[in-house]
Amino acid sequence: MKKRLTQTLQYVLLTAGALAVVYPILFAIGISLMDAGEASGYPPHVIPHHVQFSAFPAALETAPLARFMINSFVVSLIVTIAQLITASLAAYAFAFLEFPFKRTIFLIFLSTLMIPGESTLIPNYLTMRSLGWIDTYQGLTVPFMATAFGTFLLRQYFLTLPKQLFDAARIDGCGPFRFFRSIVLPMARPALGTLGVYAFITTWNQYLWPLLMTNSTSMRTVQIGIGMLQFQDATTWNVVMAGVVVILLPSLLTIVLGQKQLIKGLTSGAVKG
Amino acid sequence: MQRGKKLKQLLYALLYLSPSLLIFIVFIFYPMLKTVYLSFYLTNPHGDPVVWKGILNYGTLLSSEVFRKSLFSSLLFVLYTVPGTILIALALALLANARLRGIAVFRTLYSATIGVSVASAATIWMFLFAPGNNGMFNYLLTLLGGPKVGWLVTTQTALPALSLMSIWMGLGFNFIVLLGGLQSLPEDIFESARIDGAGWWKQLQHITFPLLSPTLFFVLVVDTINTFQSFGQFNILTQGGPDNATNVIVYSIYREAFFNSRFGPASAQAVILFVIILALTLIQFGVVERKVHYQ
Repeated sequence: MKKRLTQTLQYVLLTAGALAVVYPILFAIGISLMDAGEASGYPPHVIPHHVQFSAFPAALETAPLARFMINSFVVSLIVTIAQLITASLAAYAFAFLEFPFKRTIFLIFLSTLMIPGESTLIPNYLTMRSLGWIDTYQGLTVPFMATAFGTFLLRQYFLTLPKQLFDAARIDGCGPFRFFRSIVLPMARPALGTLGVYAFITTWNQYLWPLLMTNSTSMRTVQIGIGMLQFQDATTWNVVMAGVVVILLPSLLTIVLGQKQLIKGLTSGAVKG
Repeated sequence: MQRGKKLKQLLYALLYLSPSLLIFIVFIFYPMLKTVYLSFYLTNPHGDPVVWKGILNYGTLLSSEVFRKSLFSSLLFVLYTVPGTILIALALALLANARLRGIAVFRTLYSATIGVSVASAATIWMFLFAPGNNGMFNYLLTLLGGPKVGWLVTTQTALPALSLMSIWMGLGFNFIVLLGGLQSLPEDIFESARIDGAGWWKQLQHITFPLLSPTLFFVLVVDTINTFQSFGQFNILTQGGPDNATNVIVYSIYREAFFNSRFGPASAQAVILFVIILALTLIQFGVVERKVHYQ
């Protein structure tokens, strides 16, 4: 009896917590399904009385959201692929190769984590401007093509692979690069997945750098482009929320699909130390 | 012979390391040094250093009322946001650590905000904070008989309002890390505590919290660093206002550099930000080292 009561209480609390956490997202979805009148009406409410989708075409008309999505997608994909390549190469060297100054170079990687992006913003902006890289995909992607965090994540994983593999491969006449490409990389797929999901979401959600790097509407990413919806007098809440829902979907989907991967990545730093 | 082999090893390793190193040098180390260099100058609007000011840039900053207020606002923002996020996320993690049917659904929902970008979060909360009757928070307040509040346009409420939004945004990450921490605690200690008759609160107080403390410290430091670096919500919701109440350091750097083209003084602020973050990161590394020792 007492156990049943505790369980009921647990479910009540769990549900209350879930509603509170998800409420702002539900609010956005609810408003996006209303017409303009209902969305700004009194009293404010979340569940639409008449569900309709007219806000979505209106949002796509007000701002070139499709174009923004393509930009964000291209940028996130390029950064993700580049990070997977540079980080796995570096992680391989740290995990499997013997070379002088290994510790020093490792510390150099480590030290990048102590420099906040905001402290390097001004020179990076000036560099991009002098290269003529403002409003280009290079400008949006190249500075993020390497990651110390990702390198450590992969190195940690590579270290769990048996060292005998390396020796066995060498005896079979397999060079280090072939060993990397045909044995280490396939075996490290889970860790590569973790880094991939993490890199994609982080880049998709970037705000400050794309804000500085893009002047023309055609190069904006979704995070910056969404602002275009707010400052048009004619648009209303339902249209803005439709825009928000459209840009939220890809990252929420990635979370649901890649949750296991992501959790592993995020907790590896905290729990294993 | 030996030296030749070592050099060959190094050159070979550099084949793997140089793509990362190249990016780090060009986009992290060089610009960090350049920021320090620029912080001693006044620049022209193109960002070329023109007038040497030396340490004076820092003196001017530290004696400036506006900058001191910026530092203070950043600190206050961290103080409002970080403990709130951790406590709520901890409560959620304790709830979701139960072995119940369907618990995976709750865990997914609790981690949802990790996928929410600052731009979309700020836009949603802009409407929740809407100053009229039909803003959700004002509506709830009037239901309770309270007054209408201009959440984002009043000096006293703007920073707490931004904190509230940031607390929400941080829940997903904190929840995931804290739940991971809870799940890694050894089950048998709780088992024997239960046999000894220790209740729920006793277990929490004497076993869970002490054992979880390394994880708690980890999120404390990471959150503090991240919160110091917040920018999007300030740019979208308040633009540093009203009356500089939300002009936190990062926003102030952005303003000084990219609106006023005062790249020198902005760089000096960026150096100060770097020093703060560096100190916090070193604390974190220190703790992580210690954690490895006693595990």
